[in-house]
Amino acid sequence: MNKPIIEFKNFTFKYVSQAEATLKDINLTINAGEKILIAGPSGSGKSTIGHCLNGLIPEIYEGDIQGTCRINGKDIIQSSIFDLSFTTSTILQDSDSQFIGLTVGEDIAFALENDCQKQEKMQKTIQSWSKKLNINNLLQQSPQALSGGQKQIVALAGVLVDESPILLFDEPLANLDPAAGEKTMQVIDQVQYSLHATVIIIEHRLEEVLGHDFDRIVLIDDGKILADTTPNNLLHQNKLQDSGVRPPLYLDALKKAGININKIPKLEKIKNLPTGPKIGAQLSHWIESNSENTSNESKHPLLTLKSIGHRYNKKQLYPLKDVTTTIKQGDFVSIVGQNGAGKTTLCRAICGFINYEGKISLANQDLAELSIKQRAEKIGYVMQNPNQMISQKIVFDEVALGLRLRHIDEDQITERVNQTLKICGLYPFRHWPISALSFGQKKRITIAAILVLEPELIILDEPTAGQDWKTYTEIMNFLNQLNHQGKTIMIITHDMHLMMEYTNRSLAFAKGRLIADTTPLALLTDDNLVKAASLRRTSLFTLAKHYNLPNPNKFVQTYINDERKHLQER
Amino acid sequence: MHDEQILGYQPGNSLIHSLNGTTKLIFLLLVSISCMITYDTRFLLVICIFSLILLKVAHIKWKQISFIVKFVVIFALINLIAVFIFQPTYGQTLYHSKNILVNAGYFTLTSQELFYLLNLILKYICSVPLVLLFLLTTNPSQFASSLNSIGISYKISYAVALALRYIPNIQTSYWEISAAQQARGNELSKKATLSQKIRGTLNIVTPLIFSNLNKIDTISTAMELRRFGSKKKRTWYVTQSFNLADYLVILIALLSVIIVVILFKVNSGRFYNPFI
Repeated sequence: MNKPIIEFKNFTFKYVSQAEATLKDINLTINAGEKILIAGPSGSGKSTIGHCLNGLIPEIYEGDIQGTCRINGKDIIQSSIFDLSFTTSTILQDSDSQFIGLTVGEDIAFALENDCQKQEKMQKTIQSWSKKLNINNLLQQSPQALSGGQKQIVALAGVLVDESPILLFDEPLANLDPAAGEKTMQVIDQVQYSLHATVIIIEHRLEEVLGHDFDRIVLIDDGKILADTTPNNLLHQNKLQDSGVRPPLYLDALKKAGININKIPKLEKIKNLPTGPKIGAQLSHWIESNSENTSNESKHPLLTLKSIGHRYNKKQLYPLKDVTTTIKQGDFVSIVGQNGAGKTTLCRAICGFINYEGKISLANQDLAELSIKQRAEKIGYVMQNPNQMISQKIVFDEVALGLRLRHIDEDQITERVNQTLKICGLYPFRHWPISALSFGQKKRITIAAILVLEPELIILDEPTAGQDWKTYTEIMNFLNQLNHQGKTIMIITHDMHLMMEYTNRSLAFAKGRLIADTTPLALLTDDNLVKAASLRRTSLFTLAKHYNLPNPNKFVQTYINDERKHLQER
Repeated sequence: MHDEQILGYQPGNSLIHSLNGTTKLIFLLLVSISCMITYDTRFLLVICIFSLILLKVAHIKWKQISFIVKFVVIFALINLIAVFIFQPTYGQTLYHSKNILVNAGYFTLTSQELFYLLNLILKYICSVPLVLLFLLTTNPSQFASSLNSIGISYKISYAVALALRYIPNIQTSYWEISAAQQARGNELSKKATLSQKIRGTLNIVTPLIFSNLNKIDTISTAMELRRFGSKKKRTWYVTQSFNLADYLVILIALLSVIIVVILFKVNSGRFYNPFI
């Protein structure tokens, strides 16, 4: 089994369009049958390594190569994408946009069609794989109509038909709800076990993937390999934080509680942590000394929803139905639940983008009386992808657009835009072309463009999806600041810890209905709700359970309070 | 955004949906060409009624096609007016007779000209429903495979099919972006002036293009990673075998061609002339 299947030797790669090399003198060997996690912040070069494995480099992404990279004995310079596609199967990050077939069956067949296989043979192969992956009842459906987790499995089936020795996953969890993410990881394990494939997963969310038995973690930062070692070794070092990859929460909690992790031999799984009374006692002690309650009650009602519903078409299985709740002034609300549960639909209804049943009122005014434009002066909506919102070339103009269209005089516009840009930390960039900015900065521009209209409520659709720790922190801290200045904020998210760390209230949706409206902590404590809304507990809960802490909720709360305290100090 | 308003393939189980894509394509081509060639009013009338009935058979709703039909009607009217303006006497030259209806110098209207224009309208009514029928009832992948089966390169076939498939997606993302832009203050409702509307639409087009360019990039990468284009030929998972119904439909299409040829003889030319 110890035959190397992937070998980078003194490998340097520079994209044609860039001044500096993205990968710098990489030496990496991966053996057949290994399961490897490639982690690193955005822009570290981890995706570039993936592009080398499947041949996108140098064929699609051109650039200068020094050194060698051999995949299954083939030098990537001399092999085409087509050659390598028999060796490396790639599952791209966004399964939604990579579906080619109109039905699940057709999509799985795509590679076989290109190999000129006979129809009967294709059908046989597809039958057998869809049975193994338990999707044989979906073959006639449109891939777009599936849940996030099912989509990921269909995408997987579409490459498994090749039976290649290497499976490459590019951020498989980025667009999934927590429960679907966990399911996907299990399917990957199962497939690897039955195929003896080499599995390479590019992912920066250690909290979610670490429990799945990786042989090694390759940590990349700034184009260099910072660490190439077992998960256990890596967790004993401080390299994760240093490179900007968030360590798993339980590890952080242990450190916060003053426990010397170097004395714990096995760190990569909570269930392997030593169960002696000492650590448990230390954790309990930490709770007692810290757990103050930080909730601030009694606020004015701002947004009132009465039996809100919406149906896109007759075929829709779970239309949004009967949502009734009140959002209070100064709330920081998270909206969670499975993909397709109605989260985005509700937000679009609140903004007046779609027609709805029921009544939405803001500070006692019925919003049905207002046009989209007038609503936007009270409720701002930030779409998930900043590219969907940005229509101007220069930062200042983009933020000024909403005011200019409202015919406010230019002096006042300059003043308000500059002030908003200062709040958003974008003032130095005001004359920059937007295309030159990073994703996090673009996101802040879209928020600034909404903020400048001075809405009382801001709604954001998955503001941190697919972002690394640094950008995540940057965006969330900014929202947190706004919240402290009195803005009411609602965000749609799949990130359980984000929900716990930043929001004070959670609306959980399942199958078009609001199934819970409570604190994030109470939501994650309730087994039934966690299951129904397709959520997942963070490793903090598992840790508390492992040590039989008397009050797991208080433990989690202590951790969050501690994090918040650090935030404020910064 | 409701499904009914989207112009694209909608699955269904009518007789027309179940036909082979190649059959439908051959039928569309043969019958449309027949209608284009002949000016036999009787033949055109029959095909008109026939294609309108087909729309009904396929359960296509007015909502689905209203936008495109209105667009075609306006285009057809402009066309007819232009035809009349350029040569109001064309009808009498064609039909070798002259019955004046309205006497107005250059723009004198004869019943021959009117009859000629009627034939043009009929041609529109013959072919537009057939094209719509094809687009709305043919699974784009099957469409690609049928294009490929009549000898067009599979890469081009697939590109066309993908483009067809993405019309609904782009429509949806257009509505999403449009809503967000209206929230920014872009007036796009009926209240807006034309220049406001044009400027507003430009503000939607930029994000629309940029967010969709990314998607196109991803899909083409995904296709190459799964060896699209690696061979000269490919097979199709969705190819259906020909059934009795398919042969019958092709027979009908061939029949229409034969009828047109016979009509050539009968009318001694392309035109049916009721005036002499």
